Amino acid sequence: MTAYTDKIREIARRLLKDCKVETVIGFRKGTVPMMNEPCFITRADAADELVWDGNCGINLANYLTDRKEKIAVFAKGCDSRNIVNHIVENKIDRDQLYIVGVPCKGMIDKRRIRGMAPGEITEVAEDGDAVRVKGRDFEESYDRKDVLQSNCAVCVHRNPVVYDELVADEVTEQTDVDRFADIAEIEAMSPEEKRAYFEELLAPCIRCYACRNACPLCYCPTCFVDESQPQWVGKSQNPTDVWTFHFLRAYHCAGRCTDCGACERACPVGINMRLLTKKLNKDAFEKWGWEAGLTLEQRPPLDTYRPNDPEEFIK
Amino acid sequence: MKCIKIDKKQWAGGLETAASTYRLFGPVKSGEVYEFAALAPGREPDMAVQNTRTSPRSVVYPQAEVMFEYTTDENDPDAHVMKEPETDEKPRAAIGIRPCDAYSFVLVRRNFDSAEHQDVYWLRNYEETTFIGQACHNPCSTCFCTTAGCGPFHEAGLDVLLADAGDHYVARVLTDKGETFMKAAGWDAGIDCPDQEWEGWKTAAQEKIVSEVATDRLANIDTLALHDAGFWDDAAFSCINCGTCTYLCPTCWCFDIQDENKGRKGIRYRCWDSCMFPLFTLHGSGHNPRGDKTQRVRQRFMHKLKYYVDRYENGIQCVGCGRCVQHCPVNIDIRNVCNLMNSFGEAESCSVA
Amino acid sequence: MQNPYYPYPVRIDDIVVETEDKNLKTFKFSFLNPEDEEKFAYWPGQFAELSIAGLGEIPIGIASSPTEKGFVKFTVNKVGKVTTHLHKMKVGDIMGIRGPLGNWYPWETLEGKNVVIIGGGFAFTTLRSSIAYMLENRDKFGEIHVIYGARSPGMLLYREELAEWEKRDDLNMHITVDAADDPDWKYNVGFVPAITDEKAPEADENTYAIICGPPIMIKFTQPVLDARGYAHDHIIMSLENRMKCGIGMCSHCNVGPVFVCKDGPVFTLDRLNQLPKEY
Repeated sequence: MTAYTDKIREIARRLLKDCKVETVIGFRKGTVPMMNEPCFITRADAADELVWDGNCGINLANYLTDRKEKIAVFAKGCDSRNIVNHIVENKIDRDQLYIVGVPCKGMIDKRRIRGMAPGEITEVAEDGDAVRVKGRDFEESYDRKDVLQSNCAVCVHRNPVVYDELVADEVTEQTDVDRFADIAEIEAMSPEEKRAYFEELLAPCIRCYACRNACPLCYCPTCFVDESQPQWVGKSQNPTDVWTFHFLRAYHCAGRCTDCGACERACPVGINMRLLTKKLNKDAFEKWGWEAGLTLEQRPPLDTYRPNDPEEFIK
Repeated sequence: MKCIKIDKKQWAGGLETAASTYRLFGPVKSGEVYEFAALAPGREPDMAVQNTRTSPRSVVYPQAEVMFEYTTDENDPDAHVMKEPETDEKPRAAIGIRPCDAYSFVLVRRNFDSAEHQDVYWLRNYEETTFIGQACHNPCSTCFCTTAGCGPFHEAGLDVLLADAGDHYVARVLTDKGETFMKAAGWDAGIDCPDQEWEGWKTAAQEKIVSEVATDRLANIDTLALHDAGFWDDAAFSCINCGTCTYLCPTCWCFDIQDENKGRKGIRYRCWDSCMFPLFTLHGSGHNPRGDKTQRVRQRFMHKLKYYVDRYENGIQCVGCGRCVQHCPVNIDIRNVCNLMNSFGEAESCSVA
Repeated sequence: MQNPYYPYPVRIDDIVVETEDKNLKTFKFSFLNPEDEEKFAYWPGQFAELSIAGLGEIPIGIASSPTEKGFVKFTVNKVGKVTTHLHKMKVGDIMGIRGPLGNWYPWETLEGKNVVIIGGGFAFTTLRSSIAYMLENRDKFGEIHVIYGARSPGMLLYREELAEWEKRDDLNMHITVDAADDPDWKYNVGFVPAITDEKAPEADENTYAIICGPPIMIKFTQPVLDARGYAHDHIIMSLENRMKCGIGMCSHCNVGPVFVCKDGPVFTLDRLNQLPKEY
């Protein structure tokens, strides 16, 4: 995907030069391996700052919330679906956006690679299907598909669903993936096992809220966890408070989450809180045939009522 | 200077002996990351890990700490009156703490131990903790300690500094507190300090530091001009306002105070807070002096690299551990921001007389 | 080591509803342990954390004067969780006071000087403390002017006391309201900046202004004082910011390198001009 960089710069330069947009939101090269930094440029001569590779996992829809100007944004499949959400939820107007679609082959999981490498990684380069990793005294090469973020590995919407222009031809969508295998495993557990599983899953949480803040869906002016009148959630490390935050946040994302992986990617202590949102994605899919952010024409399931909605869970 | 040789074969046994007098803390793996946490009985600290993900600040300054207990039961003669909780815990020892992390307590102490007020909780915990440091023979690529006021063999804030010499540690005993701990561990093989070798290790380690910040101009730059500098919007754009940088940082100290009730009993506790959160400065009236993201990002960097410098005239509030550099979800890099700040207002072209 | 977070236990001895909207009440407290009153030695301009077990703490300016013995008074606006609960409390209830906190108006500097007090709304509390203190030490000060405004007559604090002060000839009172529907209203009508322009004495080396009020009042009063030639080191202000610890530890209230709770809340305008406007 590194070949996209030239094209992205060219598009950004053109859009700014022709005054089609005021701001271009994309990525610039990061200062540490496997990290790029979301950035904005407003001048055509700054277009060369922009880059694209497998380290653009941040969801750029997060940077569009309530912006007022005309913006060009680079959007992977998941980003584009969150942009759809944003438009449907009135967080931005479609007319304000020039969406540059970026067909995606998945983002690199920095934690997985760090776990595989024999020492501290100082350099990572992508070369087709290979990811070459260097450290102070080692060099390794991994197959790209083995080091993808786990959400990317099972993604079936790699191509942007809404765009004004594409940076490259669409990629082939994955069809032979079992998207919800991890969720099915947890569903099969007994209540006690589930409790123990989630207890362990969430134990390292330091309540930095990186997961929430990296999520384009979490744009509430005051999150329930921060409310003080009434205060729903305590602020200590009490596990019940920590769970309340994670569980409730997941429910707020039900029928809206695109499984972009931003939350898990952002977590500084390695929690896969996507398991919670994904369970609700699975429910939305099974009960209403719904996948978030695929269409501008329909409201999300928890936002609408249909006479034939399933109701077997109402007791 | 007193030096002691600790055979690695006696390491685990010594710690076990010390554990009868001290509560031990050290680097341990939890889930997929290393944290600096209390060592369960018999658990050895993982001395091979470089910088733990969460910093050792929680040894002295837990993320949540009870300050008072109270009851609101009117039948209790002390209803509504705050009582300090009883503590009869053993002194603590931070085993294998890195020199930068130990030095962070020296910086943070300036806040908690001021001329006017002393924070009893922080100071009590700090004074009862012995810091058994471990020199960094192989610093990370993101470590910039040598330009942030300390270094891989820095001793300030430590009671003992260990250097790894293969099959044994060489321990430099720096304080009486350190000596007491060594005795409690039964490590008493006094040796002549291998000063020359030590210097060699130290130089080799310092040479491995590839990352740096420039801080020489910070003190003399006008505070308001720097606050109003043009680069903040760009520096702050990617920030998502999470607390990762502030919660992983060993030198961040902001906290909130909360009351929590269970029935008629309750606790007043403090917990870490973060200047990255909009709520941090929200007035009761709804007015928020730092309501914008850029203002909050600026606050964090200005606090560490300018306000602290102004206030204490003793360097920056950063030890160069690189945690925020490595783990910021959007790659905001304090090294870049520090250099931007330090070069602010610098003449862009030379004038030749 | 004294625990600076420990609130002295106090009993509510009296509660006065101050304003017609009932949103402001003055609470009079006495210390359960008499020795705590000695420890709570304060100066006008300082504040304290009012502590209610189970609810938390709230920083409030001290409204009584150190010349008034046996009690301390605080006037509290009902805004958030703690203050709303406080407004429901009754005489005899036990709570806590932590302090005194922060710095105070510069009484050493002000000695022998003319003092112009300019206050608005419910921020008049520490100004009330200051006036009571100066009147008790009247010979130590030159001319004293007080310009105090509220939205309406019923929103003025300490109305009985104001009326008594009006009668004194050693104090120049300029009470004002934004608008009065009371035909018997015999004082000024107009915003504080306008009344300041009308009534404040000319600036000189020996005249200091103390301003405390809502941001909008300060914003429009300062140019008036500037126009009248008040030097910025002769204009004294009291800031508010969100606070938790009150002793410069928790870092909630910092404005640049200073903490409002510890280095303030009182600053000269001169000093504020050097600080970011993060308050």
